[in-house]
Amino acid sequence: MAEAHLSPRAIPDRLQSRGNRLLKSWESLLLVVAVLVFTINSFASPYFLDPWNLSDATFNFTEKAMIAFAMALVIIAGEIDLSVASIIALSSTAMGLAVSFGFDTPMLVVVGLGTGVLCGAINGLLITGLGLPSIVVTIGTMSLFRGLSFIILGDKAFTGYPASFAYFGQGYVWWVFSFELVLFAVFAVIYSVLLHKTNFGRAVYAIGNNQTAALFSGVRVGRVKFILFLLTGLMAGIASICLTSRLGSTRPSIALGVELEVVTMVVLGGVSILGGSGTVPGVVLAAFIMGMVTFGFGLLNVPGIVMSIFVGVLLISVIALPILWARARRRVAH
Amino acid sequence: MLQETTTSRMKPAIVLEDISKSFPGVRALSGVSLTLYPGSVTALIGENGAGKSTLVKILTGIYQPDGGVICVDGDETHFPTALSAAHAGVTAIHQETVLFDELSVAENIFLGHAPRNRFGLIDWKKLNGDARELLRRVGAEIDPTIRLRDLGIANKHMVAIARALSIDASVVIMDEPTAALSHKEIHELYELIDRLKADGKAILFISHKFDEIFRIADRYTVFRDGGMVGEGLIADVTQDQLVKMMVGRDVGQVFPKVDVAIGEPVLTVSGYRHPTEFEDINFELRRGEILGFYGLIGAGRSEFMQSLIGITRPSAGAVKLDGEVLVIRSPAEAIEAGIVYVPEERGRQGAIIGLPIFQNVTLPSLHRTSRSGFLKLAKEFALAREYTQRLDLRAASLDQDVGTLSGGNQQKVVIAKWLATQPKVIVLDEPTKGIDIGSKAAVHAFMSELAGQGLSVIMVSSEIPEIMGMADRVIVMREGRIAGRFERSELTAEKLVRAAAGISEAA
Amino acid sequence: MTKILKYREILLVIAIAALLVAITLRFPGFVAPANLARVYNDTSILIILALGQMAVILTRCIDLSMAANLALCGMVAAMINAAFPEVPIPLVIFAVVILGAALGSINGLLVWKLDIPPIVVTLGTLTIYRGTIFLLSNGAWINAHQMSDAFKALPRAPLAGLPVLSWLSVLAIAAVYLLMTRTPVGRAFYAVGGNPHAAVYTGIDVGRTRFLAYCLSGALAGLSGYLWVSRYAVAYVDIAAGFELDIIAACVIGGISIAGGIGSVPGAVLGSLFLGVIKNALPVVNISPFAQLAISGTVIIIAVAVNARAEKRKGRVILKKAEAV
Repeated sequence: MAEAHLSPRAIPDRLQSRGNRLLKSWESLLLVVAVLVFTINSFASPYFLDPWNLSDATFNFTEKAMIAFAMALVIIAGEIDLSVASIIALSSTAMGLAVSFGFDTPMLVVVGLGTGVLCGAINGLLITGLGLPSIVVTIGTMSLFRGLSFIILGDKAFTGYPASFAYFGQGYVWWVFSFELVLFAVFAVIYSVLLHKTNFGRAVYAIGNNQTAALFSGVRVGRVKFILFLLTGLMAGIASICLTSRLGSTRPSIALGVELEVVTMVVLGGVSILGGSGTVPGVVLAAFIMGMVTFGFGLLNVPGIVMSIFVGVLLISVIALPILWARARRRVAH
Repeated sequence: MLQETTTSRMKPAIVLEDISKSFPGVRALSGVSLTLYPGSVTALIGENGAGKSTLVKILTGIYQPDGGVICVDGDETHFPTALSAAHAGVTAIHQETVLFDELSVAENIFLGHAPRNRFGLIDWKKLNGDARELLRRVGAEIDPTIRLRDLGIANKHMVAIARALSIDASVVIMDEPTAALSHKEIHELYELIDRLKADGKAILFISHKFDEIFRIADRYTVFRDGGMVGEGLIADVTQDQLVKMMVGRDVGQVFPKVDVAIGEPVLTVSGYRHPTEFEDINFELRRGEILGFYGLIGAGRSEFMQSLIGITRPSAGAVKLDGEVLVIRSPAEAIEAGIVYVPEERGRQGAIIGLPIFQNVTLPSLHRTSRSGFLKLAKEFALAREYTQRLDLRAASLDQDVGTLSGGNQQKVVIAKWLATQPKVIVLDEPTKGIDIGSKAAVHAFMSELAGQGLSVIMVSSEIPEIMGMADRVIVMREGRIAGRFERSELTAEKLVRAAAGISEAA
Repeated sequence: MTKILKYREILLVIAIAALLVAITLRFPGFVAPANLARVYNDTSILIILALGQMAVILTRCIDLSMAANLALCGMVAAMINAAFPEVPIPLVIFAVVILGAALGSINGLLVWKLDIPPIVVTLGTLTIYRGTIFLLSNGAWINAHQMSDAFKALPRAPLAGLPVLSWLSVLAIAAVYLLMTRTPVGRAFYAVGGNPHAAVYTGIDVGRTRFLAYCLSGALAGLSGYLWVSRYAVAYVDIAAGFELDIIAACVIGGISIAGGIGSVPGAVLGSLFLGVIKNALPVVNISPFAQLAISGTVIIIAVAVNARAEKRKGRVILKKAEAV
């Protein structure tokens, strides 16, 4: 039907084929790194390739990665949510309270999810309703949410979660595939579709690239952002259920500092911290890489804090290297 | 008219020779030359995009030229930074007043070269005193200790001029200094320029307004498409000759206005007002009509249009579209109702740089190209192709980032974006500002075509030729109010200017 | 200068006064001069750090690595003292101030030369600096008995009625105030944050100015590193963990706009004092110290909401009669 209108100067849809573009993308670079890390690990330790060991390794990233999916959308839209770790803590505390009131597993899940969504709604209202900068608001709610956990728990801890609750963090769906890993995979697909295949995802990109123009173009900016913070809250609630179930206890200091790891994962996955670009598959790969590196260091008995140096260097260099590379190329071109 | 000056025999204050500058994909300046003489005003004339701003940025050390020579007082120099240009005595009063809202007036004047005491610390007392003195010299009664953000736009401009004077400059660049000034303020500025001339300053005066060029300038230089096409003494040239040099052809043929049968009223706006921006806006827009909104910059036209589509809330007023009362609270609702606004600031409000062309075009129409919220790329490409082709877009592919297009082609994408929503009323705010002549003609031709198809068009424009060439009817706004209404048949440039500036016929 | 930016500071003074009155109603002893001096002393380190963070935030950047920088410098100071007790304390202080400035300059260089967003840079260096402490110390603590008496005594030494720690913070306030209001570089911080585009036109190098702000925040973090370790007489990997948020909170409460260009030294000091009073008052008025975190979170949110209202740009004033009002 369109052929009839084609003038001689018709503009083609695409110049680069999608395959070609994929080949040059950040994600393919991450894939190479992931394969490298995997190979090095399997040479470095004979225990690495054991399926059960590998399965254990996934717990290093599944919870954080689930939050990272929602965080990726938030960051692409030009905002940030630093309160996710505190939402985990408050959610976990709320579930602990529910246990002490004698509730069973289904109710705990409702409480955990509900707390997460509520926290997300508070962030969303402050940011979109009052128009406050998200970085400061979520630094504030980061203190507030964890502070509430401290008020409720003090230096005590909730334990005594029902046996059936353990499934979320310790159960296996089939063979070595844990419930968390399956959940991670399901969310990876859901968020990929949401960001890359729906009108909502397109609106997220538009807002991140130029919020004013998006508003002028009829994008309901406030509503989209509110939903994004709601989603981050929800994902933090889900992560809280998994983590609490895995640990079997709640302390107010649970998941301390996780927000930085989540943001690192997102940025490593190729999402621009300034907003506007990035993909979910990139975040998935970044999650794998971080998880495998942590696991590899663990097998080699390298302490966790040294791992964190590595993550810090990685975070800066993945952003610095392309800049330096582009500059070097420009210099050569001249 | 000023008497003939002997500038041509004087020693020039600054000479630019064979200056070139390119940006990725654009050649902004190719081998231009410019000479400024002490005690003389040189008008730099050219359409938007002719390379004037680039030249100013090179003169003030913001950009580095790719080639060419700059000589100050006969010595070849370079301006690697803004500071080095200032040290060489070149200062500019910029188009968009580049000042600091949160700092005091005095500090805005002296930032970067504040007076210091013997310990090397900033001497606030002297700074405020000097600022007061400078403000008095430019004839502005402003307390130097108040914050800049508390000033109106005209006073901010005076601060910018005072800043230029605070650097004891030998070369003063004024980039459209009268754009935001009232009639009275413009005359004060003329007096100030006369005084600067008497002090022996060389002045580069950039303006689109020929009356003021002939009032104030001694010499002229005309730029077109990045090259210099003429220079000489103002006394030796007529306005028509300057326009011809600037445009490169006769003005009359630029506007492809087609006469269209004008139909019944489509949009009725009554009693529209806002606490600080505009009031008493009443008008009707008819089917197939192009309604021009003329006025000086800052007359409240864009503010009203943005309120019409729900960006800001009016304090009172009613809108009827096809006889039905509308309440519009957001651009999304306006688009749904069939009123679209193509904003003036293309880079900030129009194009989404970073997204490809087709995604820009389909953004407000996604509900039509998708199924239950899921994208359908084939439909998107088809819609984008249809509208970009109608506007004669030049691009390598529809998947290309909008940021890689020229200004004119970006504007075509932006217009295509809002047209693709199939509106009943389209508001075009300065639709040809800052785009090349070819794209301008394409936009004008397209505007005529739209009106011919029965679309109603509101065209906000500050360019008199465009208003006179395209509009069926013109509303003039001044200081937030409607200051005049004219039918096409009774339109003259003089009437428009008088209404916009608030000069009565008798004066 | 005097007329500018006063509104927010007065609001804060009123808020702190109201807080003190409320506390006094339940516990009159709190406002005794000796106790107030103790509260001030307890807040001194936060004040010093907030001054550095303010400079960075003014330029539209942020420094999340301050607490990690503090901890690293503190550890280095303690290690120098433990290994070479004979090194004079002023020399140790000088060394860690330089070290802090150097660590800050790494942030600054990455922001300046590579244009990496400040939040990413300092998020990265935050983990790197903390990790480096572990590498240096092997995770071991340096305890009070390993430090020389002079090392521990300096911040506590009384001088004209106040401990040296308090005097040092007073000195820092005075120095930064002078820097901010009376030197070109201080004014450049405001210009760069207020309108980076215009700053270029006035001949200010935006990147270099940001670099200098990071050097300042680093140097103050270095100084605080020594003060922290000597005051609490212990150094380990996790000292002042999470304190970067308290510092930012103090700045936000003090009216320093996260968008840059707005803020003042009195604001930063008052913001810190507000947090300091709350922290010290909680145990006195019988509220669990565990509530402190939630309270400061609430205060941050309220403060940013209040600031946003004050900064809200009025629409353009076009109508002449509206201008007259």
